[in-house]
Amino acid sequence: MTENIQVDHVLDQKGLLCPMPIINTAKEISKLSQGQILKVITTDPGSKPDFKAWARSTGNIIETFDESEKTFTFHIRKA
Amino acid sequence: MKMTSLSQEIEKEIENNQDIKNLTKDRLVLVVSKGTVDMLYPALVLAVTGAAMGMKVDLYFTFWGLNVLTKKGVNKVKIPAVGNTGMPMPNIVGVLPGMTDLATKMMKGKIAKFWPDIYDMIKEAKAGGAKLHACSPTMGFMGVKEEDFIPEVDDIVGASAFLGWASEPKALTLFI
Repeated sequence: MTENIQVDHVLDQKGLLCPMPIINTAKEISKLSQGQILKVITTDPGSKPDFKAWARSTGNIIETFDESEKTFTFHIRKA
Repeated sequence: MKMTSLSQEIEKEIENNQDIKNLTKDRLVLVVSKGTVDMLYPALVLAVTGAAMGMKVDLYFTFWGLNVLTKKGVNKVKIPAVGNTGMPMPNIVGVLPGMTDLATKMMKGKIAKFWPDIYDMIKEAKAGGAKLHACSPTMGFMGVKEEDFIPEVDDIVGASAFLGWASEPKALTLFI
């Protein structure tokens, strides 16, 4: 569960539209070490399929995805 | 509140369709042939996203697309007030003097809330590893010289070079 995941960095992307959350996430992930967790919060309605496609092509792992009140939270483990 | 691991979903999809893993394209080749706000942003958005997704990205700027690679043109990109069915004004109004500038100002103002401007988007694409190629014949007939280019331009190429990238088995090519 989210509470048990140790987050190394948080990226707030609320209010931003595609492709900015993905671009900023890719930049932030590149600063982390393998295995570290980046928490990203977005409100872009296309976030779920976009982050999924990004994770599939980059190999980074979306450990948890949570959607509540039009806000999306991702815990991404750097591959 | 629902919580899922998207990576488990991804693993299942790959398990059910090995082609996803083996045949997914890893190179994005874009022909950028138009020099207006509404045609450049889609190309640049795909370029920066492709780079963020780990794709090798090449942009081939030709015809009106080439203007954006010049120092004079990069900050003067406009949106036409006529011939665009999505514009909130009739074509007959759009042909009036100053309408293109007005439409450009309005559109750019709206976009600026969410996206970097065109030049910053180009810089973003470059920072992500995208390569910017200028079309040599367009330079010839448009009278564009090498010294007119912004420093982000990688090289000057022709149709054969473009076809070389585009015909790679894992290249995805779009004409914009």
